[in-house]
Amino acid sequence: MAEREERRFAEVSRDSVKLMAESAGVEVGDEVAALLAEDVCYRLREAAQNSSQFMRHAKRRKLTVEDFNRALRWSNVEAVCGYGAQDALPFRPAKEGELFFVEDRDVNLVNLALATNIPNGCAETMVRVHVSYLDGKGNLEPQGTVPSAVQSLSEDLLKYYQQITRAILGEDPHLMKVRLIISTCRLAELLRFDTLLCFQVALLDLQTNSKIAALLPYFVYVISGVKSVSHDLEQLNRLLHMVKSLVQNPYLYLGSYVRSLVSSVMYCILEPLAASINPLNDHWTLRDYAALLLSHIFWTHGDLVSGLYHQILLSLQKVLSDPVRPLCSHYGAVVGLHALGWKAVERVLYPHLPAYWANLQAVLDDYSVSNAQVKADGHKVYGAILVAVERLLKMKALSLSKPAEGGVGGQQGTAGGVLGFRESSPGLSPPPEPLSEAGLGIASHLQAGGAGCPWEDWTPVPLPAMYCELYSFFGDSLAVRFSTGPELEGCLPALPCQPADARKETVANAAAGLDNSRKMPQLTANLNISPRPDGSPHTEPPPPSLAATIPGRPFARSSSSSSSVQRRSSSSRPGQRSAGPSRDVFPKARFPPPQAGPPSFSFLIGGRQMGRRCQGRRFQTSFGPQPPLASLPPRAYAHKLPVIGRVSKPVRRWTCSHYSLHLPL
Amino acid sequence: MAAVQDGQVESDAEKETKPDASNDVAGNSSGGARSMSPNAASSASGAAKAAAPTGPGEQQTLLAVLQFLKRSKLLESVDILRREAGLSDELDESQTNDGAAAGSASLLRRVSVGGAAATNIAATTTSKGAEDQPDVSIVLSAYSQQGDPALYQVYYSGLKNFIESVLDCHRAELSQLFYPLFVHMYLELVYNNHEHEAKVFFEKFSGDQECYYRDDLRVLSGLTKKEHMKGNETLLDFRTSKFVLRISRDSYQLLKRHLQERQNNQIWLIIQEHLYIDIFDGMPRSKSQIDSMSGSLAGEARREANKAKVYYGLLKEPEIEVPLDDEDDEAENEEGKPKKKKPKKDNLGSKNKKQDPNAPQQNRIPLPELKDSDKLDKIMSMKEATKKIRLGPDTLPSICFYTFLNAYQGLTSVDVTDDSSLIAGGFADSTVRVWSVTPKKLRKVKSAADLNLIDKEADDVLERIMDEKTASESKILYGHSGPVYGISFSPDRNYLLSSSEDGTVRLWSLQTFTCLVGYKGHNYPVWDTQFSPYGYYFVSGGHDRIARLWATDHYQPLRMFAGHLADITCTHFHPNSNYVATGSADRTVRLWDVLNGNCVRIFSGHKGPIHSLAFSPNGKYVASGATDGRVLLWDIGHGLMIGELKGHTDTVYALKFSRDGEILASGSMDGTVRLWDALKAFDVETDDFTAATGHIHLPDNSQELLLGTYMTKSTPVIHLHFTRRNLLLAAGGYNSQ
Repeated sequence: MAEREERRFAEVSRDSVKLMAESAGVEVGDEVAALLAEDVCYRLREAAQNSSQFMRHAKRRKLTVEDFNRALRWSNVEAVCGYGAQDALPFRPAKEGELFFVEDRDVNLVNLALATNIPNGCAETMVRVHVSYLDGKGNLEPQGTVPSAVQSLSEDLLKYYQQITRAILGEDPHLMKVRLIISTCRLAELLRFDTLLCFQVALLDLQTNSKIAALLPYFVYVISGVKSVSHDLEQLNRLLHMVKSLVQNPYLYLGSYVRSLVSSVMYCILEPLAASINPLNDHWTLRDYAALLLSHIFWTHGDLVSGLYHQILLSLQKVLSDPVRPLCSHYGAVVGLHALGWKAVERVLYPHLPAYWANLQAVLDDYSVSNAQVKADGHKVYGAILVAVERLLKMKALSLSKPAEGGVGGQQGTAGGVLGFRESSPGLSPPPEPLSEAGLGIASHLQAGGAGCPWEDWTPVPLPAMYCELYSFFGDSLAVRFSTGPELEGCLPALPCQPADARKETVANAAAGLDNSRKMPQLTANLNISPRPDGSPHTEPPPPSLAATIPGRPFARSSSSSSSVQRRSSSSRPGQRSAGPSRDVFPKARFPPPQAGPPSFSFLIGGRQMGRRCQGRRFQTSFGPQPPLASLPPRAYAHKLPVIGRVSKPVRRWTCSHYSLHLPL
Repeated sequence: MAAVQDGQVESDAEKETKPDASNDVAGNSSGGARSMSPNAASSASGAAKAAAPTGPGEQQTLLAVLQFLKRSKLLESVDILRREAGLSDELDESQTNDGAAAGSASLLRRVSVGGAAATNIAATTTSKGAEDQPDVSIVLSAYSQQGDPALYQVYYSGLKNFIESVLDCHRAELSQLFYPLFVHMYLELVYNNHEHEAKVFFEKFSGDQECYYRDDLRVLSGLTKKEHMKGNETLLDFRTSKFVLRISRDSYQLLKRHLQERQNNQIWLIIQEHLYIDIFDGMPRSKSQIDSMSGSLAGEARREANKAKVYYGLLKEPEIEVPLDDEDDEAENEEGKPKKKKPKKDNLGSKNKKQDPNAPQQNRIPLPELKDSDKLDKIMSMKEATKKIRLGPDTLPSICFYTFLNAYQGLTSVDVTDDSSLIAGGFADSTVRVWSVTPKKLRKVKSAADLNLIDKEADDVLERIMDEKTASESKILYGHSGPVYGISFSPDRNYLLSSSEDGTVRLWSLQTFTCLVGYKGHNYPVWDTQFSPYGYYFVSGGHDRIARLWATDHYQPLRMFAGHLADITCTHFHPNSNYVATGSADRTVRLWDVLNGNCVRIFSGHKGPIHSLAFSPNGKYVASGATDGRVLLWDIGHGLMIGELKGHTDTVYALKFSRDGEILASGSMDGTVRLWDALKAFDVETDDFTAATGHIHLPDNSQELLLGTYMTKSTPVIHLHFTRRNLLLAAGGYNSQ
């Protein structure tokens, strides 16, 4: 057999027969093996020929294992079991030698069992009319194939999906394309009733529906369409709301889709959206909202994906350290960090600050007209950073004071050294708006040893050092925010109030805390002398609409709540405050000396964002106690500070302004 | 070089075959005699076929058979044979002792001319005992004659040289010899264990064979051992039947002279033993004529095989004129326009009344009596028929394609009822599914207990017996244990037949949707089954090569039609129910007489297994489609091929004539439905000479006859059906793979 040049058939070699015999424990001579091999070949060919008959009668072109088994059975040979699958078996050569084998992959039953896409049962066999020719006339072209007989989604789900996407997305052509790819279904008529209502109903349903697990991948895919609509703030907003609804749905297990959702949200936070080219577009709000959403996803679903936190931090850091990126991207990175919690700020933003500061200052110092827009953006970033570091300081201090609070509390109160940090609002801080602080000095910026060090080998910086360094950047505008009067009024000598989101806090290094607690009084010397006057906060109650649009966030009674980072809400209250008395008020950082008695200070920082349409966001902040002036380094660089409003006047006016200053911009 | 070799051969052959010269002449003359006066009797009996039809020889054969039977202790058979053959016990006895060995030896001598080896062979035959097929072992043993294996190539190439050198007109005819000679010589070599020579021989000459023998050659090339020959069915077919060639007298003379001159005994022996040369007077046939008829496993059909008279006419329609008219009148009265149609009806009736001269007698085979419901149905169909569209080349039928979706199980067969109300599919997962095509749902009859509660006097009792709860669009019939390869509705739509791989044919009731009978007779897969157009009878055929005729109320077959050399792949009833056509993997179509079980027609010409058959509505013609993608048309009366329709590129699985026979529709695996102008195709001049000799010259006019090609959506067409109004329904299972 072997000497035949042209092989007509598959042949079983003598060696194979010998091998088989050996494996069966039989010794076979060469001659016998040759004879056997030849016979086996012949029998195989015979069986193949017989099996082709079964194929022909089954009206198929493909010879199946079944056919072969039938042929074997009818010639009284045992059938070969285990190869009945319809799919072709991959046949692979082994690398060494001329050995071929059928690849038999393991089936992961766990994956099958836990797969979210529950396989549909086989559709029913049915008879349908598919091609008709009338009077023998018709299209003579090839007719294509029968449309896929099995839908991957059930009718109900598909319908639901269509309704939801339509309600949420409206009829946007770009996203529609995305949709069409998925559903391959024609759009029905547009829904004619109120689209906004639709939107809300759809979101609510997404939040509560327990049967949409199968659709999750589709929704996630739709959401990933953010990149195609970066020009349309409205759509981006809607998509983000969709994310929020999905995240809040208690019946959905997001699994690894978290990653996809996070990347979509990050896109909204960080990317220089097409929409931000036009300064009239309020993409800042979008970024704020996306940042909040990010933190929400992270806090609720972060455990689903390992390393998510670090990945997010990394990408935020990357954006922050890239000077080429537009300021809006930087802004996004800052609010993102802020939303992720003070630790993120401490680890990424704080070490980065000295390096970044130079860039920012360059922007802010440029007074040219052409730079006006960029400068406005710069102020935003400045504000965002300020808010972030403030929170950082507060939280840090709080985490330090916590262990000591039980025993030291009373003492501190009497000693007048109580550390009374607290958040002015759940949003933590006033908007990063133009802070016209004249006396901002960077006395000790050189001592910022930790600046720029990579966060991987990040080591906690002691609070005082941090404070000093930050103060060197922000001056009084930082210090001013350490506490707000309202909460302190009742607990004058008392314990520091727990911030609303104290749960996020973890007790920092206890030793460090004890160390630092000695220095606290120095920093906060005049906090305890600031009993709360209920002056300005109550003169400026936040509009109800605002409160309503900040769901899920504890609403502080103090007026400072309006200065939440949640900018989205601020954009929803345009003009309302324009008539308010707090308009264009800038904080003043001049404080009376600590021993100035127990007058209550209450500063309201309110303002209006520059460079926006006149209905830009306003901000206000109230503050009472002031950080000690004594400890502040001289403001050598005061002139270098961002000038927002007049520098000198407020100082003077502050003295006579009865602690509540409204400085016009 | 060739000359030198030839010289050697001659001398060798002379020495070797001298003793057989006399035999040659005898065989030759007997062959000639046979061909000149075809003996119907000789072809009727299988045993006699092998033996020369001489009186004493026959007797000796019979005696040999008797010997064999006795030895096998088949005493009853011995008695029967003795009685039938008219052999007296004395004769038998007298010959038993002294003639036993001589008898068998003489028989075998005639069978296997090698006289020298006769005793040898006798020993082998007797020892082998010829378990299943005595014929086979005898014929196989014929190869035991010893020729020089090295010379086979010389013989063959000598003949080849000769044939290539003769006049063109003879060359085509004589070329027919190549294939059978080649196969037999190869097998001789294999049988005598000259494996190497066989291989060389095969490689040298297999390329010369006609391309349509490719499949057989492939089988042949795989066979290199004597042991393999025993179990190989294809080879048994080849052995058991003589390969039939049709050669004109002139060409035959030429061949004979050549072989005698050259003393080419080896070839001559093969021709004598394994070939049947059908000699005719007249012009030699052309190459195309030969090609159109050859291709079957056993050569062409013998002429005398197609001589029997076939009553292909239609039976007279039973006396339904009266009820028809009554019904019609009533209906028309209701509609208020009774007058117009009446004369027309009369015409139709009178036409029906005339007895077709070619029709069989009305009671040639007993047909079931018409029930009232059948009559009603007939009336319905007549009414429908009046509304049908007259088709023609200019008015093509509308086509509607039924796609079986999600047929993961593999759709293997489809049938549609005559009134097009039901469609059924047989699946590879052993199920049969029945769908209602009309809005009328399928309902079961109520259970016996419930039936007792019914008011049997009510007018709508037929409606009341149905169980409304079971109404559904489709029903599934479970029962088979293998793929269902053939299904057929009974004409009255009460029954459904299905044939399966499990070797059974099942009869299902469409009233209760249960299995009524399982007909067990075929021991191998049953490829096809079909009801008679009058119901009651049905035919089935399968892997065992035997078609069986059954009646629904008999659990055993009424007739067995044996003769095909390979699987019977499709079966079809003639419209007059007196004949059955079977298509086979041996590439022939045979027509069997239901009355006496004879094979009355053998149509050869297909080059592949036949998978579809269709009779024209007037019963005159039959169309057959095969795996070669061709559709052939046959005239039953004359036993001639009258048309060849080329166009399909894959197996033709469905054929159907329109209700009036103007259009032939063919459906194929290639996913197309093609319509052919049947009237034009049948309009072939058949003069007396062609009719007598069967040498038709086919015009190559497929393209003119093709009226349209219609694509499906990548779905093979496995069934076609014309509704009573001539709407064409096609069906197939969509397979996404």
